[in-house]
Amino acid sequence: MKTAGSKSPISPPRWLLAELTYSCPLQCPYCSNPPDYARHTGELSTEEWKRILTEARAMGAVQLGLSGGEPLTRKDLPELAAHARKLGYYSNLITSGYGMTESTIGQLKEAGLDHIQVSIQAPEQELSDFLAGTESFEHKKEVARLVKKHGYPMVLCVVIHRHNIEQMEGILEMAIELDADYLELANTQYYGWAHLNRPQLMPTREQFERAEAIARRYKEKLKGKMKIYYVIPDFYEDRPKACMNGWGTTFLTIAPDGAALPCHSARELPIPDEKFPNARHLSVREIWEESEIFNLFRQFDWMQEPCRSCGEKTKDYGGCRCQAYLLTGDMYATDPVCSKSPRRHLIDQAIEEAETLPEQPLIFRNSRNSRSFQKP
Amino acid sequence: MSFDPAAPLMFSPLHRLQWEEAQQKHVILYPEGMVELNASSAEILKLCDGKHSLNTITTELERKFGTEGLMNDIREFLEIALENGWIQITH
Repeated sequence: MKTAGSKSPISPPRWLLAELTYSCPLQCPYCSNPPDYARHTGELSTEEWKRILTEARAMGAVQLGLSGGEPLTRKDLPELAAHARKLGYYSNLITSGYGMTESTIGQLKEAGLDHIQVSIQAPEQELSDFLAGTESFEHKKEVARLVKKHGYPMVLCVVIHRHNIEQMEGILEMAIELDADYLELANTQYYGWAHLNRPQLMPTREQFERAEAIARRYKEKLKGKMKIYYVIPDFYEDRPKACMNGWGTTFLTIAPDGAALPCHSARELPIPDEKFPNARHLSVREIWEESEIFNLFRQFDWMQEPCRSCGEKTKDYGGCRCQAYLLTGDMYATDPVCSKSPRRHLIDQAIEEAETLPEQPLIFRNSRNSRSFQKP
Repeated sequence: MSFDPAAPLMFSPLHRLQWEEAQQKHVILYPEGMVELNASSAEILKLCDGKHSLNTITTELERKFGTEGLMNDIREFLEIALENGWIQITH
């Protein structure tokens, strides 16, 4: 493990994900927030966020995600967007659209927000509202139109899982109807609430392959008109993803209570919460360069076999630490997606479960459910 | 992608071209992405202002750097820029 004061050059953060709040009017069962989010109370103030934005920008962060929860529940959102613009960030608002009005969009545009990403759960009302746990479908579509009207690049995001994967064609047609500039088809990544609901969310291999073929066909057809990002579910790969482009190399997440995380799922790791450096008390530079947590999986010394002696370790950095932990119980293990992992069978088992496990009710993301979870 | 060498070109309103002090280079920013540019690509893109065309960008850069024969390289880069949506042909 590299420790504070190590001579190895540490590249500065490029991406700052500001999770402004855990409040959200929606209840998506694949939410990436930690299942026990309701235990983390006490949001950072406007002035604290401004300082964090300033410090991260000075180090070289340039992309800013304003996320949550639902960031629109923060009344200071336009003020933070204006601060970000002044600093030279490219700012991305990642929203459900719920609660967005034309006047808010105008305010944010004036503040200098660069882009709004609206998520829609499915291409038809009943399913979309069921998955969101809130009646929101028509309003979301209206927001998507307003985003376009106000001259923003329009990015539509749809999280893909077993309940909507058969509607891939409908999703793509909806994106065309809404005149999206970008469409992000994000296959569910099994962290947070999605991990809890995995047997109910994971598509079968056959469903996945059919959907991918449709997406590929539209990608070709819409070339030059709409950019389609198809985020693959890595369970079906035999090499893990280079998660976060490597721990502590590029991404910095600040959680609503100030906890600094090398990835937005890191709170799920078996690390006591008080060990995460907190931006309330520390500067971004101290967090990024000196904290034990950000140095924990930097470089290669922490690795076990087969990663340690593997020629591909500089490509995928051993995969995802959260996935390793959630599936093997060991956060230092090789990501079990890798076919070289001695525990690859855990992934194959999960894929098999998608075909065989009986339907269970989805666990929706809300504070009542959240309070029943506690990190081991 | 071939295009009229006299057609005016403009930088896309859906992207942003910006100097990054920390990286000491120009970058193109767009939703959740960034492209790092070398110095000559940045010089070309800065001239995509809705008035300059391939012809006039070439003349200007050849004069600025006191050289000749840049047309093909500039055309090649502009084709890539058009394909990626970084610039548009002004109509």
